[in-house]
Amino acid sequence: MKFAVIVFPGSNCDRDMYHAVKGVLGEEADLVWYQNSNLENYDGILLPGGFSYGDYLRSGAVAATSDVMNQVREQAAKGKPVLGVCNGFQILTESGLLPGALMRNRKLSFMCHQEELVVENNQTIFTSGYAKGEVVRYPIAHGEGNYFCDAETLADLKKNNQIVFTYKNNPNGSTYDIAGITNKEGNVLGMMPHPERAVEALLGSYDGLKLFQSIVKNWRESYYVANA
Amino acid sequence: MLQTHEISPEQIEREKLYQGMGLTDSEFEMVKRILGRLPNFTETGIFSVMWSEHCSYKTSKPLLKKFPTKAPHVLQGPGEGAGIIDIGDNQAVVFKIESHNHPSAVEPYQGAATGVGGIIRDVFSMGARPIALMNSLRFGNLTTDRVKYLFSEVVNGIAGYGNCVGIPTVGGEVQFDDSYEDNPLVNAMCIGLINHDDIQKGIAAGIGNTVIYAGAPTGRDGIHGATFASDDLAEDAAKDRPAVQVGDPFMEKLLIEACLEVIHSDALVGMQDMGAAGLTSSASEMASKAGTGLEMNLDLVPQREQNMTAYELMLSESQERMLLVVKKGREQEIIDVFERYGLQAVAVGQVIEEKVFRIKQHGDVQAEIPVDALAEEAPVYYLPSQEATYFQEFQKIGNKALNVDNHSEVLKRLLQQPTIASKEWVYDQYDSMVQTNTVMGPGSDAAVVRIKGTNKALAITTDCNSRYIYLDPETGGKIAVAEAARNIVCSGARPLGLTDGLNFGNPTNPEVFWQMEKSVEGMSQACEALATPVISGNVSLYNQSKGKAIFPTPIVGMVGLHESLEHITPSFFQHIGDVIYVIGETKPEFGGSELQNLLEGTYQGKAPEINLEVEAKRQAQLLEAIQQGLVASAHDLAEGGLGVALAECLFFDTTLGADIQVEGDATVALFSETQSRFLVSVKREHQEAFEHLVEDAREVGLVTGDSQLTIRGNQGDILTEKVEELHNLWKGAIPCLLK
Repeated sequence: MKFAVIVFPGSNCDRDMYHAVKGVLGEEADLVWYQNSNLENYDGILLPGGFSYGDYLRSGAVAATSDVMNQVREQAAKGKPVLGVCNGFQILTESGLLPGALMRNRKLSFMCHQEELVVENNQTIFTSGYAKGEVVRYPIAHGEGNYFCDAETLADLKKNNQIVFTYKNNPNGSTYDIAGITNKEGNVLGMMPHPERAVEALLGSYDGLKLFQSIVKNWRESYYVANA
Repeated sequence: MLQTHEISPEQIEREKLYQGMGLTDSEFEMVKRILGRLPNFTETGIFSVMWSEHCSYKTSKPLLKKFPTKAPHVLQGPGEGAGIIDIGDNQAVVFKIESHNHPSAVEPYQGAATGVGGIIRDVFSMGARPIALMNSLRFGNLTTDRVKYLFSEVVNGIAGYGNCVGIPTVGGEVQFDDSYEDNPLVNAMCIGLINHDDIQKGIAAGIGNTVIYAGAPTGRDGIHGATFASDDLAEDAAKDRPAVQVGDPFMEKLLIEACLEVIHSDALVGMQDMGAAGLTSSASEMASKAGTGLEMNLDLVPQREQNMTAYELMLSESQERMLLVVKKGREQEIIDVFERYGLQAVAVGQVIEEKVFRIKQHGDVQAEIPVDALAEEAPVYYLPSQEATYFQEFQKIGNKALNVDNHSEVLKRLLQQPTIASKEWVYDQYDSMVQTNTVMGPGSDAAVVRIKGTNKALAITTDCNSRYIYLDPETGGKIAVAEAARNIVCSGARPLGLTDGLNFGNPTNPEVFWQMEKSVEGMSQACEALATPVISGNVSLYNQSKGKAIFPTPIVGMVGLHESLEHITPSFFQHIGDVIYVIGETKPEFGGSELQNLLEGTYQGKAPEINLEVEAKRQAQLLEAIQQGLVASAHDLAEGGLGVALAECLFFDTTLGADIQVEGDATVALFSETQSRFLVSVKREHQEAFEHLVEDAREVGLVTGDSQLTIRGNQGDILTEKVEELHNLWKGAIPCLLK
């Protein structure tokens, strides 16, 4: 499987994402600079964390207007997996690929530590390797991860099983303890916690490995079906 | 703004305007002699910043020469942007510490943020990718609103900058004492990784080559920052806020990526960041090092504001700027790289044969100064030194015994002392994990960062117990280096070398100079004994306000190497049933201790003794035991002695407990701060081998599963406490003080 890791000016988890899918998982991956890019030939798109455009205006707001996001939208419409982590999640909500918004943390300060998450939905291409209700440990590292949406949107998210991860002990004030959601179709996942930082036991947790393995496994199966 | 161009050279001399810029009468005479004429306003400004303590080290140079700086593995010692140490496999580690004390006292957020930005540029200007940040902070006690504000905003500034540039802040230290109340210390350290072939130097070589300015445009911020940092903090220091720079970490991030790309181009000759004294120091130092001259046209320098004078452009300390020297005719290749990152890069001058630094603006020469006069020929002062009057008094007091009735109560109070208490409130705000290399982050004795693609890791620590140095600068200086090395060894690494961040009061006070002299002597002896050369550093003087100096605080930033990931050792107890040892005997030593501060509200008497031979032997034996896989956890005994260390060893996994038996006086056993001691846990099956290897280890108890800390003495039980309760007190202390 071939991943594109999109790099915006100010992205800073791009190399970590690349290391996770290429170095640890052994899949193909490219770091793709936001300009003059062509995403046609990639099987999956990863929007890494960081401070694209220095978080100026609002986190994710400037990157959301870049041309490459139109391409991401096109590829997502074809059903390709798109994963946005941290700033990547913020870019996905800012560009309208996912509903809701990410506000400043309840305590108004940046926070970085391991956090326990509950896998609410394991029927996605991202989480099929987990058990429903499984508790996993991922690092969080954000100042603006307080997920907000109105009651109607929340009802939709619940009804469509779009809530994929919730925090066991909500660190940032997110509505309904939400840590990660998908679009209605289930192929675009945005999440604040960092699965790419949880792929090696040496660094404290490898619970994120299953997320990337799920993406690859599901892609292989669909590829097999499509080309059988 | 001051209409600077109207001030004539004669007026500068007559009205002694140079004094306001920081030059003394005799220094002004030197300037006249060097130029053979009176300097104009711009030139006077250039001399005053380049000859400031911050840039020239004019009073500390004679002391810095004492540091051992050489070893076979040192590739670059002091003198460049940062020092470099070989770690094998064609790789090297680059590091340096730098202070930003004065700016942080006036504008804590930007002061701290730009301190981080500056030290990062020092490292990537060498061609290294920055892989970790550390810091060492000192504040007054958290009792006034002002101190709480300084503390929160400094932390906020470090987080705001470090998190955005994507370099993990993997550790550091924070201590609190009244002596820092008006003059906090903010020292930031950056560690980078480099391949030997990529090492860059800040030189302007090759006559006719082009000087390129890259990064942020120049504004009026930070003018005379270096001079500001080289004087006592005035009570009306708030008026100096314009001398504080403003940082843009987004710009820095782009600059890092662009610079690390251009180092692979053979069109690049040299590169240096514009730090203190901005354009002036980077340009003149690059030329001086290459033995060339440099001519610059200020009309070409990107400017953020209108009508900037030559004086302002040369002295501005606007952030996120780099100066490059590029082979003639190949400028565009370099400019293209910067443009791809949306950064400005423009040719502003060239390298010339004549060894002068010539600045033009609006078609006129605004300054013309012999290059070496600025960088090399700065005055050097041998200041008078006099033993501090308190020293003999403290020596006479000696080691006064302290008495504690309720050891439980005292342990709980010690755990809540801000210097000892958990710093989670601080480090939770730092991204400590980005770049996915952090094996042990903040809260460990040393941070551990693995090197991808190898089986190696780096251990990093910052350390300085300034109370011991205040009591006895020479002994305290030895302890500072030894304690840093202890932290590195406990993590399982071999110490490689250190960077020093020397923070002192006003050096023209002979007692302050004596503190500097003695502590450097002590540090140098420890560096020799522990084979840790000094490869870079920074000097920050005039740290005093209202006539009172800070405690002498020479911070040690040390880096060590784990030759195998297997050697990485935690500082917390690991398994039920492991045997607990203390390495080293305990003497009644309370001078400068946390217990003394708690009970007597002061620091006095003798600093704890240290024997460097014993220190080196114990470190070597412990490291050998760790490398043989005999040690489950290792922690050094520091502030608060064995009692605090035992509690800390239980705070990672609070389901564990410890049952400890101590000998002799319980207060001494629990709270003395005798040096060169370690607290180690060992699996039973390794007991014999461990005892055989580590001569001074004495068994004191067992790791239990009862979530309690139990300490027994000769005359019965001393204390039994629930780990959870101790943990909550320790963890909650700083948030509670900030409320």
